[in-house]
Amino acid sequence: MIVLEWLFLTIAPCDAAEPWQLGSQDAATPMMQGITDLHHDIFFFLILILVFVSRILVRALWHFHYQKNPIPQRIVHGTTIEILRTIFPSIIPMFIAIPSFALLYSMDEVVVDPAITIKAIGHQWYRTYEYSDYNSSDEQSLTFDSYTIPEDDLEFGQSRLLEVDNRVVVPAKTHLRIIVTPADVPHSWAVPSSGVKCDAVPGRLNQISISVQREGVYYGQCSEICGTNHAFLSIVVEAVPRKDYGSRVSNQLIPQTGEA
Amino acid sequence: MAEPQSDKTPTLSEHYHLKEKEKPDAGTKSVEVKEVEKPVNAASDEVLETAPADFRFPTTNQTRHCFTRYIEYHRCIAAKGEGAAECDKFSKYYRALCPGEWVDRWNEQRENGTFPGPL
Repeated sequence: MIVLEWLFLTIAPCDAAEPWQLGSQDAATPMMQGITDLHHDIFFFLILILVFVSRILVRALWHFHYQKNPIPQRIVHGTTIEILRTIFPSIIPMFIAIPSFALLYSMDEVVVDPAITIKAIGHQWYRTYEYSDYNSSDEQSLTFDSYTIPEDDLEFGQSRLLEVDNRVVVPAKTHLRIIVTPADVPHSWAVPSSGVKCDAVPGRLNQISISVQREGVYYGQCSEICGTNHAFLSIVVEAVPRKDYGSRVSNQLIPQTGEA
Repeated sequence: MAEPQSDKTPTLSEHYHLKEKEKPDAGTKSVEVKEVEKPVNAASDEVLETAPADFRFPTTNQTRHCFTRYIEYHRCIAAKGEGAAECDKFSKYYRALCPGEWVDRWNEQRENGTFPGPL
């Protein structure tokens, strides 16, 4: 018991891809939790079906082997079994579809008014983030570029091709609106832990609404081929406690743009 | 005739046609355009506030939301005069929604008189 507790308490939630990873990264938003749960639910039945079908298949191959059973039975009709094996498999997709669509449409829905809007603008090959809620003129005051740190400049502990120089700082447990758009070619803003993958289409603003439930650093990558350096376009979202968000924004971002 | 239709499908022209008719009496216009003032859900010490979710733009695609807010702001200051306090809200909304690059381009187009929207 103690061993288990110790084990579970020390496992840090995984918010970046790891080598040979199977399955999703740990959920940081209710949406991702929903996706993971749906995946697990479907997989339970998927494995039942797999076992059942494999059993039939193997059994048929075994028993109808040409040496063992040179003259097979010549039954070609069986109304009951035919009805069953038609109706039953057509009900199963329905039971998969209902929760799946419920989840899909709930992701689109913006239920609560968001508290902040962040614009994630894709460029070849960096991202610009705009925090414009505090602007009093058309001059952008809180805008910064986020470049992936080149392999040679990585510090110990940083993830290769994932770490960026300027992270997106967001408040945790707050409804966020993220406006995704590129300035040149299509990009995609994807953060697996948040359950977000939103294509950035030129001339169009796509909105995603997330609410990060725990503080942490979440990693993602560009998910739409956007040119030569597609692989070097990362996303890092840093969720900080809400009370720290204001100071992070005012301290970190304003002096930076003040210099520029 | 056109009004109930435009309520359902607010294509841009219909949408603004509707407002243009209501424009003379500025009181009703601002009531129509304004969303119900929601209590700021960040009632804590720092105020986190942004453009609210708009029932006219319920989808992922918010392009027109940004464009509409931009136009609403400029129509507002055209009606109420530069720097009218009622229009600040719209400026906040469009700045929150539109990429800075787009706003700059539209401002330029307005100066040149080539802005494509109904101002």
